[in-house]
Amino acid sequence: MLKNRRLDFWFWVKAAVLLFMLAFLVYPFCTLITRSFFSSKVNGITLANYQRFFEKKYYYSALGRSLQVSVISTGTTLLVGVPMAYLMSRYNIWGKRFIHIFIIMSLMSPPFIGAYSWIMLFGRAGLVTKFFADTFGIQLPGIYGRLGIILVFTFKLFPYVYLYTSGAMGSIDSSLEEAAENLGSSRLRRLFTVTIPVIIPSIMAGAIMVFMTSLADFGTPMLIGEGYMVLPVLVYNEYMSEIGGNAHLASALSVIVVLCSTTVLLVQKFYVSRKNYVMTAMRPPAEVKLSGFTRFLATLPVCLVTFIGILPQLVVLVSSFVKSDFTGFQKGFSLQSYATIFNRLATNIRNTFTFSTIAILFIVIIGMLISYIVVRQKGWFAQVMDLLIMFPFVIPGAVLGISLIVAFNREPVILTGTAAIMIIAYVVRKLPYTVRSGSAFLQQMDPSVEEASINLGVSPMKTFFSVTARLMAPGVLSGAILSWITCINELSSSVMLYGGKTSTISVAIYTEVVRNSYGTAAALASILTVSTVVSLLIFLKISKGRVSVV
Amino acid sequence: MSHAVIIKKAVKKYGDFTALNGVDLDIHPGEFFTLLGPSGCGKTTLLRMIAGFNTVDGGEIYFDDRLLNRVEAHKRDIGMVFQNYAIFPHLTVAENVAYGLKAKKVPKPEIERRVDEALELVQIQKLKNRKPNELSGGQQQRVALARAFVIEPGVLLMDEPLSNLDAKLRVQMRTVIKKLQRRLGITTIYVTHDQEEALAISDRIAVMKEGNIMQVGTPEEIYKHPQNVFVAGFIGVSNFVECELSGEDPAHAQVDIKGECTLSATLRRPCSGPARISARPEQMFFGEKGLPGVISISTFLGDFIEYEIELDNGQTVQLNEYTKDVQNVRPDGTRVFVDFDMRAVSIYDAQTQEVISC
Repeated sequence: MLKNRRLDFWFWVKAAVLLFMLAFLVYPFCTLITRSFFSSKVNGITLANYQRFFEKKYYYSALGRSLQVSVISTGTTLLVGVPMAYLMSRYNIWGKRFIHIFIIMSLMSPPFIGAYSWIMLFGRAGLVTKFFADTFGIQLPGIYGRLGIILVFTFKLFPYVYLYTSGAMGSIDSSLEEAAENLGSSRLRRLFTVTIPVIIPSIMAGAIMVFMTSLADFGTPMLIGEGYMVLPVLVYNEYMSEIGGNAHLASALSVIVVLCSTTVLLVQKFYVSRKNYVMTAMRPPAEVKLSGFTRFLATLPVCLVTFIGILPQLVVLVSSFVKSDFTGFQKGFSLQSYATIFNRLATNIRNTFTFSTIAILFIVIIGMLISYIVVRQKGWFAQVMDLLIMFPFVIPGAVLGISLIVAFNREPVILTGTAAIMIIAYVVRKLPYTVRSGSAFLQQMDPSVEEASINLGVSPMKTFFSVTARLMAPGVLSGAILSWITCINELSSSVMLYGGKTSTISVAIYTEVVRNSYGTAAALASILTVSTVVSLLIFLKISKGRVSVV
Repeated sequence: MSHAVIIKKAVKKYGDFTALNGVDLDIHPGEFFTLLGPSGCGKTTLLRMIAGFNTVDGGEIYFDDRLLNRVEAHKRDIGMVFQNYAIFPHLTVAENVAYGLKAKKVPKPEIERRVDEALELVQIQKLKNRKPNELSGGQQQRVALARAFVIEPGVLLMDEPLSNLDAKLRVQMRTVIKKLQRRLGITTIYVTHDQEEALAISDRIAVMKEGNIMQVGTPEEIYKHPQNVFVAGFIGVSNFVECELSGEDPAHAQVDIKGECTLSATLRRPCSGPARISARPEQMFFGEKGLPGVISISTFLGDFIEYEIELDNGQTVQLNEYTKDVQNVRPDGTRVFVDFDMRAVSIYDAQTQEVISC
């Protein structure tokens, strides 16, 4: 059989892709696991790090807090997201299309900007806090700690639940509900016995996204959590602490984080594969036309939630134009914050866009090839790729950062502190978006179109570039924009990997906030927000609803 | 140049499942050859092996004396028409047809001339600059045809090309394809599950079942002389009647049908024991003797009358009478005797399922 296998174009592509994944995903992660079994105090292989984790309250309670915050946030996003999806897909809400876009926008902007805005409003020196204290003499409860984290996650991540649920509700054929009605079921009974059970797998998928994101997020708990130590923050502290960070312990912590999220993902996979009702709606349920006051009643909560969702972006935009000095925001408007960042932090801005652009070029090429392999080439290799490519979803950015550092901080390959390591992190971490949307597109494309081309005498390689790539382009491009948006907003891996000359906007926002330099942070965040919104609008235009953002 | 296609002991396996079980075929140059069978019989698998999209797990495939097993799909000199046409959606009609010529580096003026000729042959020269999404199913079908034959391939493959068209268009396109094939003289291998289409269009047919060839022959041979029970049942309508053979003398064999009547037949070889008669509706007639029964429904269909008869032994058979041969339609409920045209019917050994009558 081996003789039969030709060394053709796809053989070399597979080899190259595999090499890339091995070098920058598998190898670093294996190094990380190996490191977690070593310690500077003990010779040879040891479980000392894990032992320490489960013995010291300081460590294991972080795991408890992480799980607690993630579980509660998943619950709250469900409470907000499912009713939102129901109202939006079943009733004639005013300004529906804009609301939908706003919800997507609030999802796409990075969580730490949300955290930062909430601090600007309700923090110790926040606008609202000050307003209440000065006018009424009322001391508002503090936003810092667990409450703040959950609040940020809820309004930041409910769009996952909303998007998955409304997607599923749009694909229920109305005959299903009509059948229930016809069998004598009341409206409410129908909702709980037919509609919700059928869309439960999708709701679960959204909930899992919330859980994984909140478990992995570093920026939010770092900014608004103050003393509230969750796992990603612990990983960062353990590695970065000034008095000789402990890479071994940080590695062990990373392994524990990844184990948690992998378990959750596998449980969900198992659950969904058993209970997935595939449907294509011939006739999606019609919108109920409300009028007058009832329509207002339905629109009000939707608008309120959406407004809170995009509030962080509005706050940073407005406050970036407010005069400020080292004591905080002053009265009056100015462009002074922008002047400061263009003077002092021009490198960060340039870095963000240069790194992301280079990363995107690689992502597009590699992503397109991998989507093709996963969808069209059957066999063990495609399956391995399919698994490998989704792995970065499970690895929090901080963990990926550490694994790249431990893998590439020794001879013969030293990459730490270089732009290359940042770009590698972006490519590995953001590739899944492009692969997912590229392969979704390819799946709808009939393979016989490619066969027709080969059959007419065009080699498989030329066919890929002249036919397949052409037809996949909208899918890959849409995915690439999502990758791009997440690249420019990337904080958790950047904050681990940046060096003196390779700092980015998101890292600068983080350090500026830590230094209480709110004006410049707001200006930087505005640049990210505006770039994100513009990219998102281009995405919506190109994808025409054929590619999901989640 | 049109090729002969020779297939020797071709095998295709998917894990434990054998999709193609050592198939031998000898397709002549310029022939219109059809692979016919129910879904899952291996006909498309075989076609895709010839095209080079499926690997050959055993045996050999030749074009004339050129072994194809290791030749890549794009170097095989084949034109192919796909079930869903597989028109390139981003190219115009003319660009679609020119695609293969460009790949062959044909000079530009010649490409234009040949594309025009091809579009002329399938009568869509007016649609030259349209995009595929502006075309109807039948028009897309014509583009697919033109694109496949314009490169003047040695072999033309067609994978159920008419299955996505409505009934009327199917019959119309069938004639277009047949005329075109006669005119160009390209060896054509055609896959279908529609026996009527296969009979209408082919020079020869291979009937397939579960990865095996059951019979190869002209449409007439296959219809009139099915080699086994499967072909008899798959092609056209057949009435099967169980019987008992006593044929020590093959020239004067006795056929005994459950004690109800006895017939005589000529066999290929001496054979006795359980057997099965297969009779087309027009190979039976109402007689003085034979199998007793009652007409349950008679249907007048213009040129012939179709009778459904409930035999006394509980079996139902279908019998046709040509309108020109009879005076009037027999009413439902009439008691009749069903007799057989023993020179026309086929008799099969119940054990081997193979034909034993002459």
